[in-house]
Amino acid sequence: MIQFAGVHKWFNQLHVLNDINLRITPGEVLVVCGPSGSGKSTLIRTINQLEPIDKGKLVVDGMDLLDKKTDINKLRAEIGFVFQQFNLYPHLSVLGNITLAPLKIRKMPKKEAEEQAMTLLARVGLAEKRDAYPSQLSGGQQQRVAIARALAMKPKIMLFDEPTSALDPEMIGEVLAVMQGLAGTGITMVVVTHEMGFAREVAHRVAFMDHGVVLEEAKPEEFFRNPQHERAQQFLKQLLSPMH
Amino acid sequence: MLTYQFDWSVVTSGKYFEWLVSGFMVTLKLSVVGIILAFIVGLLIAVMRMSHFRPVRWFALAYLEFFRNTPLLVQIFFWYFGSYKILPQAVNDWLNSTNFEFAAAVIALTIYTSAFIAEDIRSGVLSIPKEQMEAARSAGFSYLRSMQYIILPQAVRITVPPLVNQFLNLAKNSSLAMTIGVMELTYQARQVESYTFKGFEAFTAATIVYLVLSTSITALVHLYDKRVLNPSRAV
Ligand SMILES: Nc1ncnc2c1ncn2[C@@H]1O[C@H](COP(=O)(O)OP(=O)(O)O)[C@@H](O)[C@H]1O
Ligand SMILES: [Mg+2]
Repeated sequence: MIQFAGVHKWFNQLHVLNDINLRITPGEVLVVCGPSGSGKSTLIRTINQLEPIDKGKLVVDGMDLLDKKTDINKLRAEIGFVFQQFNLYPHLSVLGNITLAPLKIRKMPKKEAEEQAMTLLARVGLAEKRDAYPSQLSGGQQQRVAIARALAMKPKIMLFDEPTSALDPEMIGEVLAVMQGLAGTGITMVVVTHEMGFAREVAHRVAFMDHGVVLEEAKPEEFFRNPQHERAQQFLKQLLSPMH
Repeated sequence: MLTYQFDWSVVTSGKYFEWLVSGFMVTLKLSVVGIILAFIVGLLIAVMRMSHFRPVRWFALAYLEFFRNTPLLVQIFFWYFGSYKILPQAVNDWLNSTNFEFAAAVIALTIYTSAFIAEDIRSGVLSIPKEQMEAARSAGFSYLRSMQYIILPQAVRITVPPLVNQFLNLAKNSSLAMTIGVMELTYQARQVESYTFKGFEAFTAATIVYLVLSTSITALVHLYDKRVLNPSRAV
């Protein structure tokens, strides 16, 4: 479903992805964690080619991303992306945000798009906000709308780049709950997060990154009980006792 | 001068009043058509100016530099006196059968103003966070569709104040059309003056009408901004 084979990427001199080999199977929930600057965002952004790769092979949903014949817009329409900063369209209402891509890309009839949007809004617990504008919502609400917006395209893959990092602590739970509800529905999820509770309960697998390398891949219970690499051990220790 | 007799009836009723009204209608038409076309062309040039395809970007750049840095009056004369020399006969015949002065004035005003509008819109686009383009591209929109549905609508919203200025400039600049014989407001005020020698009254009337026109354009754009472009501020 998503396959990295010997993937490299550089930002000028910086070797930001160094020989990535990863296989993510359909319906799997993969959590990616690691220190800041280790390349997690870059990794997840290569999957929908927000960042092109320089070397190696990356196949997503049967499409080779280095193949010039691959229709990147078509691929992206099948992949939902949830950003740390939500990135809702500020000029559109909640309903407008969720229906825009289905209307314009899928050519879905307006009535159907709005009904679907209402179903999704109910699912993320925000049905009463349909006519609000992003600036009128809390961070947690904006992120839930952003998830609904991505789901409106009925994606096979959902990518989350630190979806709760910009949120006040009391709002993290509501967003994680929505994400937890998605896991196990058959949708493939790649989640960059430091929420280790989420990783433990929801993830099928955890990948640990450092300096552009995937140092460790393991089932969550193994990873948390017995991390292999010293960097991972340090990382977990710091995360679990943030005061040091 | 002290013996000058004011006679406001000249411009408030009768034949000369009708001249002024017909002049105003032409000015209004020039302004409305010019504003709509200049806005559309300005949007296109702004997008071309930011194109990743070099020849397109260079064309837009040349367009901007050329039309912003030459006098509008020269451009009006160019379209009126110069353009037909390089156009095919058939096009000229057609142009002559229509109101060519009006067309030349609209073309000149549109192109001249569109260059300024394009630059205003471009700086609006540059101030939209790049994450908006990323969000749009992630959803599967092409670059141009992202511009159309996500970036330009936001850019235009924050560009409203400079856009109003450009619209007002166009309306005021439309008076230059009199130089090629378009019978707009200034032309008619001049006519009234030469027939009646009531220059003070005629140009005072014209001045007031221009003021009302400008104020109306400003008010209309701001109303549209509040009602349609930025309803979230009203909620
Ligand atoms: N567009 C870019 N240009 C240059 N360097 C970048 C760019 N994006 C990220 N980087 C650098 O690449 C490294 C990895 O970044 P990133 O993938 O965002 O890490 P993470 O998400 O794990 O914090 C960092 O050192 C970062 O500064
Ligand atoms: Mg990151």
